[in-house]
Amino acid sequence: METDTISAISTPLGEGAIAIVRLSGPEALEYANQMFRGKDLLEVDTHTIHYGKLVDPETDELVEEVMVSVMRAPKTFTREDIVEINCHGGMVSVNRVLELVLAQGARLAEPGEFTKRAFLNGRIDLSQAEAVMDLIRAKTDRAMNVALKQMDGRLSNLIQNLRQQLLETLAQVEVNIDYPEYDDVEEMTNELMIENTKHVHDEIERILQTAKQGKILREGLGTAIVGRPNVGKSSLMNSLVHENKAIVTEIPGTTRDVIEEYVNVRGVPLRLIDTAGIRETEDLVEKIGVERSRQVLQEADLILLVLNYGDELTEEDKKLFEAVHDMDVIVIVNKTDLPQKLDLEELNRVAGDHPLVNTSLIEEKGIDQLEESISDIFFEGDIDTGDMTYVSNVRHVQLLKQAKDALKDATNGMEAGMPIDLVQIDVTRTWELLGEIVGDTVNESLIDQLFSQFCLGK
Amino acid sequence: MSTFEAGRYDVIVIGAGHAGVEAALASARRGASTLMLTLNLDMVAFMPCNPSIGGPAKGIVVREIDALGGEMAKTIDQTYIQMRLLNTRKGPAVRALRAQADKHLYIQRMKEVLEEEENLTLRQGMVKRLIVEDGVCKGVETETKAAYYADNVIVTTGTFMRSKVLIGDLAYESGPNNQRSSTDLSDQIQELGIEMVRFKTGTPMRVHGRTIDYSKTEEQPGDEVPRAFSYETTEFIMDQIPCWLTYTNEFTHTIINDNLSSSAMYSGMVEGTGPRYCPSVEDKIVRFNDKPRHQVFLEPEGRNTDEVYVQGLSTSLPEDVQNQMMRTVPGLEKAEIMRAGYAIEYDSVIPTQLWPTLETKKIEGLFTAGQINGTSGYEEAAAQGIMAGINAASKVLGKDPVILDRSQAYIGVLIDDLVTKGTDEPYRLLTSRAEYRLVLRHDNADLRLTEIGHDIGLIPDERYERFQEKKRLIAEEIERLEGIIIKPSEAVQAAVEAAGGSQLKEAARASDLLKRPEMGYQAVADLTEGGKELPEDVKEQVEIQVKYAGYIQKSNQQIERMRKMETKKIPENIDYDDIHGLASEAREKLKEVRPLSVGQASRISGVNPADVSILLVYIEQGKIAKVADES
Repeated sequence: METDTISAISTPLGEGAIAIVRLSGPEALEYANQMFRGKDLLEVDTHTIHYGKLVDPETDELVEEVMVSVMRAPKTFTREDIVEINCHGGMVSVNRVLELVLAQGARLAEPGEFTKRAFLNGRIDLSQAEAVMDLIRAKTDRAMNVALKQMDGRLSNLIQNLRQQLLETLAQVEVNIDYPEYDDVEEMTNELMIENTKHVHDEIERILQTAKQGKILREGLGTAIVGRPNVGKSSLMNSLVHENKAIVTEIPGTTRDVIEEYVNVRGVPLRLIDTAGIRETEDLVEKIGVERSRQVLQEADLILLVLNYGDELTEEDKKLFEAVHDMDVIVIVNKTDLPQKLDLEELNRVAGDHPLVNTSLIEEKGIDQLEESISDIFFEGDIDTGDMTYVSNVRHVQLLKQAKDALKDATNGMEAGMPIDLVQIDVTRTWELLGEIVGDTVNESLIDQLFSQFCLGK
Repeated sequence: MSTFEAGRYDVIVIGAGHAGVEAALASARRGASTLMLTLNLDMVAFMPCNPSIGGPAKGIVVREIDALGGEMAKTIDQTYIQMRLLNTRKGPAVRALRAQADKHLYIQRMKEVLEEEENLTLRQGMVKRLIVEDGVCKGVETETKAAYYADNVIVTTGTFMRSKVLIGDLAYESGPNNQRSSTDLSDQIQELGIEMVRFKTGTPMRVHGRTIDYSKTEEQPGDEVPRAFSYETTEFIMDQIPCWLTYTNEFTHTIINDNLSSSAMYSGMVEGTGPRYCPSVEDKIVRFNDKPRHQVFLEPEGRNTDEVYVQGLSTSLPEDVQNQMMRTVPGLEKAEIMRAGYAIEYDSVIPTQLWPTLETKKIEGLFTAGQINGTSGYEEAAAQGIMAGINAASKVLGKDPVILDRSQAYIGVLIDDLVTKGTDEPYRLLTSRAEYRLVLRHDNADLRLTEIGHDIGLIPDERYERFQEKKRLIAEEIERLEGIIIKPSEAVQAAVEAAGGSQLKEAARASDLLKRPEMGYQAVADLTEGGKELPEDVKEQVEIQVKYAGYIQKSNQQIERMRKMETKKIPENIDYDDIHGLASEAREKLKEVRPLSVGQASRISGVNPADVSILLVYIEQGKIAKVADES
């Protein structure tokens, strides 16, 4: 009954070595087959599992080695065709797989949507109906709240701003159409439209590149551990890694041969930067020199600055603080098992607003507080969510990409000399997609804009 | 009141404006015996405002009415004084015809059509009340005590419900153009439990043409190419009369500003809500005070009159101020007002109280159509009229109701907007209200609706066969072009360059060549062999369908998705209070609108996607329960 094909990660995030990306709907097999190199999934028997490689069909680039289960309707959970892609359980790999599936044309499932479909297709019995409704209500409202809260205020403003620019352009097109004899307004031409939409396109592109959370979701929160020799950087890393089942990944296609470690701290994917350096030398700052450490710092989204409780604050420490003063920093006062030599008043002055956490890594104390601190920084203390944060973010990224594509269609149309009212269809679509991000797609606003922007009669 | 029985009919239409005539004709032509009652039989299909029909979106509606077997298109085709195709420099989706009408000839011609209709009885009279028993409409009573009985009554009383005319500080009960206002009927409809709101509109002064100095204005001629609204029209009026364009200026604006407090609209006398798209000149000056000038179009009201409509100066200022203000406009310095402009206030029905058939939810057998439903414009009225007439007749004949959806016609957009969203100002159709406007084109109204018109008996077989032939020619020609490979020969390259395009790099299908923006149908057809001479409308259709195929396909995919939700029907006896999990705002709105499908429900403002999902689950739950009961 539902017409489109949906997809989502159906295993808890960051736990377990295997993650499953599930597709359900009429095109599930087709989408999976487009990316799968192995048997022809369209031909295989139902309820079978197949080994193969997942590639990006556009570039033929290898993404993952996977096992793919094929289950044809109607004997499936949703009573639709279902494909389950079993891939490596890291945030990065599973996200890439999901993104690829969405790029084939699947829609990101709403929270609870697999269950909803199961119900609507008669798979789940009547007694569960109320539960499904609760699920829809709760999840949707929560998802919306999360989506809205999650949105950095600045980003939200930015998108509203872009929408307003598009709306004004659209209103001008509409006024030309609905009031062809109205001569007070400049005729919206393709050239003018290209000019007006280019800025929006560039902005979307920029947001896509820099949207902090989107990047983190794809790449992990770049985290650098810094500090003088012997403050406990290596222990800190090991603690984080051991506590959190690190996934060691070789990043393919990059020129760096650095091994990076990914750990999942309370749902926050951390990418520990230059861990090799720390392991080998325990001495990042000194050994590789100021230049290199600055570079590492630049890559980082989060700095874990480690100090020694049993030592006074040195000039070196203060330089480090200066170097990272405008970044997200957690100050870790380690070795609280030692007698205090650190001047806490001085430290508070130097550390400013950065949160402080006391640890004794040897005694395994303070790790919980540290993790809480990390999670606070990421979620800005507002939200206690599991995978929801992640869902709403992929959703934003997905919508931004679609918006960009729609705008690209518009630009292509304009350049091909298509009439403005056709090009306008794609611009309107862009406006709607951006609206979905901020939870607003009411069409009446175009008409309101029309009448407030122009003085119309006839 | 003791009454006498004056007749029994299947359908009674109250009012003979643009909605009434279409309603009565559609009903009668479908075979329902129909009575039309009107205050003044000399004023059928009268144009109390602009002497003009069509325009963006509206012009497409007129063609849709034609494809459904209505009368507006044919009548204007026989009576226009000028015709223009608008938006010709834009894409095919937004082109539309507009005609300046001879408003007197239009009345005459429409009256002839009404008189010729065998199944239709015309009678002059003021309806005082509806006969309603147990929530079912049974007929009407006039002020002369005549009782007419019918199971279906269509009220198309336009702006006449408790209408009041306002000029300066003068206010009196009256319909447009000093016709009688209808008070009792409006009161009774509200007593029956149907809610009404007060709306307002206005009209400018008319001046004597011989007192206008046209040399100070710009001529606005009609098109030289013959054009018509109706797909059936074969004779075109080429003797056209121009309109004229002039502008207001700072002197005009100063006079208006200085006298604002004496305008009926600004002195607090008007309670009704006016339309934003058709503002009075006072509104324009107040809301856009930075604009140095506003357009004023001078539109002749007919061939046999010298009265000229001053479009753009709609006003309710006192007559002397109107005169003073108007005379600051170039060309109108010595113009003599024949009729002063005025504002008019009236009661209108809140349209969410209607089913998409335009039958009221409260009273069975009672339909309302036209401006009484909160719309403005002759075309919007006519569109509702024909649909109400069709559906009243459906009930009489025991046939299915006819409801057009948003992808089939602007008429569908109009009625869906009204009954689903309601309106808080007089509603005007705009192309921007149609999400599928690329498929709702001026050129394909016949392709969209002739089939339906034929099915319901309003399109005669012989016209339907011509239509089938046109469809066949279009399909064959598209197939032919898709099958022809054009090689990049010298002649071909020359032709492509002559059209302003870049040379072909390799051989291409003729249909792909036609997709290039610079290549028209004829240019491509000339490069092919075996093409035959095709009618212009077929060529046009082939060109549009091939050239914009990509965009059209995209629209069709959207329509497909919309239709899926549209086919999910909501049971009539659904109890929204019983649905656990609906947000309370959504619950109230759903109870008020009572949408027929999940698609319609999703368009109600205040009903969010979670509510739609819950509604879906609830409906499916009912089905499963039913199956369980049966087994």
